[in-house]
Amino acid sequence: MSNESAPRTLFEKIWSRHQILRREDGQSLLYVDRHMVQDGSAPAFEMLRQQRRAPRSPQRTFATPDHYVPTGNRDLNSVADPEKRAMVNALKNDTAKAGIRFFGLEDPRQGIVHVVGPEQGLSLPGSLIVCGDSHTSTHGALGALAFGIGASEVAHVLATQSIWQRKPGTIRVTIDGRIKEGVSAKDIILAIISRIGAAGATGHIIEYAGSAITALSMEGRLTVCNMSIEAGARAGMIAPDDTTFTWLAGRPFAPSGTDWDTSLARWRGLASDPGAEFDQEVRMRADEIVPMVTWGNSPEDALPISGRVPDPSLASNADSQAAMNSTLAYMGLEPGMLLTDIFVDQVFIGSCTNGRIEDLRSAAVVAKGRHIANGVQAWVVPGSNLVKLQAEQEGLDKIFIDAGFDWRYAGCSMCLATNGDHVGPQKRCASTSNRNFVGRQGPGSRTHLMSPAMAAAAAVTGHLTDVRQLMERG
Amino acid sequence: MEPFLHLDAVALPIPRSNVDTDQIVPARYLQKPRSDDFGQFLFRDLRFDKQGREISGFILNQPPYRQARVVVAQSNFGCGSSREHAVWALHDYGFRAVIAPSFGDIFFSNALKNGLLPIVLPAEATAMLLEKAQAVPGMRVVIDLPSQIVTAADGSIHAFQIDAFSKKCLIEGLNEIDYTLQNADHITAFERRHAANI
Repeated sequence: MSNESAPRTLFEKIWSRHQILRREDGQSLLYVDRHMVQDGSAPAFEMLRQQRRAPRSPQRTFATPDHYVPTGNRDLNSVADPEKRAMVNALKNDTAKAGIRFFGLEDPRQGIVHVVGPEQGLSLPGSLIVCGDSHTSTHGALGALAFGIGASEVAHVLATQSIWQRKPGTIRVTIDGRIKEGVSAKDIILAIISRIGAAGATGHIIEYAGSAITALSMEGRLTVCNMSIEAGARAGMIAPDDTTFTWLAGRPFAPSGTDWDTSLARWRGLASDPGAEFDQEVRMRADEIVPMVTWGNSPEDALPISGRVPDPSLASNADSQAAMNSTLAYMGLEPGMLLTDIFVDQVFIGSCTNGRIEDLRSAAVVAKGRHIANGVQAWVVPGSNLVKLQAEQEGLDKIFIDAGFDWRYAGCSMCLATNGDHVGPQKRCASTSNRNFVGRQGPGSRTHLMSPAMAAAAAVTGHLTDVRQLMERG
Repeated sequence: MEPFLHLDAVALPIPRSNVDTDQIVPARYLQKPRSDDFGQFLFRDLRFDKQGREISGFILNQPPYRQARVVVAQSNFGCGSSREHAVWALHDYGFRAVIAPSFGDIFFSNALKNGLLPIVLPAEATAMLLEKAQAVPGMRVVIDLPSQIVTAADGSIHAFQIDAFSKKCLIEGLNEIDYTLQNADHITAFERRHAANI
């Protein structure tokens, strides 16, 4: 609808404000306000060099290495593989040459790009943000339109500060009510994905709404939007409100002074208008959501922790039966077994999904005064150097170390195992990350996704555990 | 980009949904330069065991399918990580098209930029193609991009949609950056307007 007075969604407002032009075939050229670059971007810079093009707007671009950085120390030489080291060095050199702001390993602002952007106030309401990483959907939590792109598109954005897109459809997921004690943003998003499926939002953006969403902290909102891509969505977003503005105020790259007042006035008008229409509506009740864990190799394979591993013989057709059988074989699970009977070898608390200060606090509450179970290796990897420093100021590091956890430096780490941190073959990991794909945390690794509190509960009991049982003990 | 017009090739059936890009190329190969042949990393952990020997049970290692140049799969093919390497791996191995009811959004646009044609067909049509490609190993399909038609060996014909610009880019092997920079004036004008708005 082109009628300017018609009610519009948050997405439509941002989309139309960034449209440079529209082609006859319906694709739009959109202006990119902020381009985030990490150490997987070497191929894009290489494409640019081959085409003899220079970055158009280096001042709109910022970079930090996260995929290949060591987390045991800050010495790049401790990464054994020279090719991995070269990825971090390539980012440093490429950005220096182009005049792009770079938060390197020695910079206190370094961290996972999707933690650093919001933390620095680089991700702002109403802006269009892209990054060569699928979890760019994270930044939508601040009321931005943010999505992941491929290497050719990174090169295109560097050269033109714009990107061609076909306008996606919209889905509103409304969650009303109050979430129960022990239930977190991670449980909400796992519940949503298990309901709509890993392809449930393909070709769409999701706006999350409802009282349970607006009650979430900024950290919780970032977690929910982060995993939108796991439902197939192009982007996830939440209308900016006072929670957003309070959280952003005073951040280094956020507007300040009269600029802040002007921005704030504009941001307040971003929320979807009453009566704005979405292509699809999904409604869920917050009080029906319980702590969730995954059993299989897709984030849609999530169940309440009280559940049992599903039985392939009950599958709807032969193909999905075969797929379930191979998933259970890979995961080393028996149909019908209680999820709480699944023992873990490793625990990973971190990633762009759950590496923020609140995530570490919620895990520390469970870890405090307890010790990890025999034979379990448990890691806490802060999402940024600043998260690490803050956690240390709050004494969280001491709680984790006393409980037997490894306290690491910031990076993506064993979420995708590109830096060498990994889950061993046939080892089972309780993980706060975003994907449980085959081999995701290393060849043969078995991943169970869950919240930070649930991961800490698995660490101290040695098996998947309903964290609420540990909370009752106090 | 290598132009794409027509393809007459063996179909590789992968009767699974949510085939993610971590399967198509594991993350540990992402640091390899583009000049490497990414075909060697395609479905690496499904094709080869830890000693580097072929896993005979994997369909791509079975003779009738070795020459396959088009993948047929179920919904949400190429979901997950944005890595363009997944498209490079399929392309470098020799695949030129993927047929599925739906694709991961980022994979879909990565494919179009690398001469790999992603074809969306209804779930029933894909299911039928999958069944036939499994029943008749080595079954061929013919893809005609200019007329937007897939013809299977049994004579069944399936029309598919593709936007005019992507079609033109694929057929001509166009470089998108050059194309966009023809509109550089629009970008500059927009930038001035937009900056005043911030």
